[in-house]
Amino acid sequence: MRHFKDSLLRALLWLSAFLSVAILVMIVGFIFYKGIGLISFNFIFGDYSPTGDGGIWPMIITTIYTVLISLVIATPIGILAAVYLQEYAKQGRLVRLIRFATESLTGIPSIIYGLFGAVFFVTTLKLGMSILAASLTLTIIVLPVIIRTTEEALKTVPRSYREGSLALGTTKLQTLYKVILPSSMPGILSGIILSVGRIVGESAAIFLTAGTVAAMPESILSSARTLTVHSYLVTQESGDIELAAAVGIVLIVIILAINLSATYISKKFNKATNK
Amino acid sequence: MEQRKEGTSIINVRDLNLFYGEKQALFGVDLAILEKEVTALIGPSGCGKSTFLRTLNRMNDLIDGVKITGDIVIDHEDIYKTNDVIKLRTKVGMVFQKPNLFPMSIYDNVAYGPRMQGIKNKKELNKIVEESLRSAAIWDEVQDRLKTSALGLSGGQQQRVCIARAIAMKPDIILMDEPTSALDPISTLKIEELITNMKKDYTIVIVTHNMQQAARVSDKTAFFLNGEVVEYDDTDNIFSTPQDQRTEDYVTGRFG
Repeated sequence: MRHFKDSLLRALLWLSAFLSVAILVMIVGFIFYKGIGLISFNFIFGDYSPTGDGGIWPMIITTIYTVLISLVIATPIGILAAVYLQEYAKQGRLVRLIRFATESLTGIPSIIYGLFGAVFFVTTLKLGMSILAASLTLTIIVLPVIIRTTEEALKTVPRSYREGSLALGTTKLQTLYKVILPSSMPGILSGIILSVGRIVGESAAIFLTAGTVAAMPESILSSARTLTVHSYLVTQESGDIELAAAVGIVLIVIILAINLSATYISKKFNKATNK
Repeated sequence: MEQRKEGTSIINVRDLNLFYGEKQALFGVDLAILEKEVTALIGPSGCGKSTFLRTLNRMNDLIDGVKITGDIVIDHEDIYKTNDVIKLRTKVGMVFQKPNLFPMSIYDNVAYGPRMQGIKNKKELNKIVEESLRSAAIWDEVQDRLKTSALGLSGGQQQRVCIARAIAMKPDIILMDEPTSALDPISTLKIEELITNMKKDYTIVIVTHNMQQAARVSDKTAFFLNGEVVEYDDTDNIFSTPQDQRTEDYVTGRFG
């Protein structure tokens, strides 16, 4: 009987693992099957044209813009906030409240952030529908992610490192900068990667704050269209699943490239600091 | 009890009380620690010996809710009346229970303290690193791999690099908190030898669980019990003719 239970459990585990991989393979396979025919040099690097034979270069550039601007703002703020919460703040009711707030913020649907961005950044701050307004909105979306992951990473740094450093007559800041942050870098990095994924994958909030202009953005104050928004609009307007799938392929490849390079960087980092 | 041999005391502790919140952990500790000698602090777990050691370089400051009364004078300066903890800790180094090298190369570990003090000159750093590693009797084992990660060394080697890291600051006093408790007997022996050699240059205060160790390495021994110093005397006297019944019971293994 016990043996039977054991085999049953094993079968269940295997089935769940198989299912989750199979679904992923099916989705990626479907996207590639539908879209690969459209992928060409001109499709990726060509300018957009409404007649349908143009490329998606403007959307790729817009996507890269939003990723870079959001990260440039969110990363330092997020890391500093986490350092404050974890290393400096007196652990009390206020810190618990801030933690609760950041945790809750990660669970809010992005359309809510989009509405806020549309009201605050687009209208009140008069940024208009623009890459900047979208990036600021995305900054708010990924800030809690960066804060949480950085806090977790800081927590994993052994107390003995802190004591060892302070006992050598260093200041708290030196200890933070030379020992604690480098040791928690892999964790912080994985938070940033998660954020890139969220930014690239976001559509609702960007739709409401950057608009849908399908052209090469002239500046970060231009309204523009990211890859995900493009994918959505193409499906919505023309029902052209193949075109949407081709955009999907580009998205998948971008995310994969980012993840791989991040793994590579954090491995290199580990090699430098650990064995 | 005034049979102590002559020497200048470098640490003078008077009526030291320490509280963790409401709970008192040290009761009126008086202790004069002599220069260039090894002083061992012994006693059962939770007797306050480690807590006492950590007051000497103010490591207890890191714990919330610790309150201290009394005086600790090191080198004519009351360490709880000055605010220069940094200077205190460059003068009073510490070696911890478990080796706690940073995830960096051996060289960077030893050079860490001096660099943080603003020493940038490469030649000077090289010299400090080599001298420190030599003083810690680990130079021969690591000289070919200074640039490799310190975490690849064995536990005993790591602990000696920790000692080198403390020496690199050129401290007067080195505190050791059960430095061999995580090590095998051979590594322990090496560290004990090292301690004996180091006392010509440094004042060493060592907390130990191991009474044989205290007997082997120390000149003076203080026996702690329930946050008080029961007896403080030459190590030979503590182990051969203790004055207090409780000391005798402890060193003969009747409790603890």
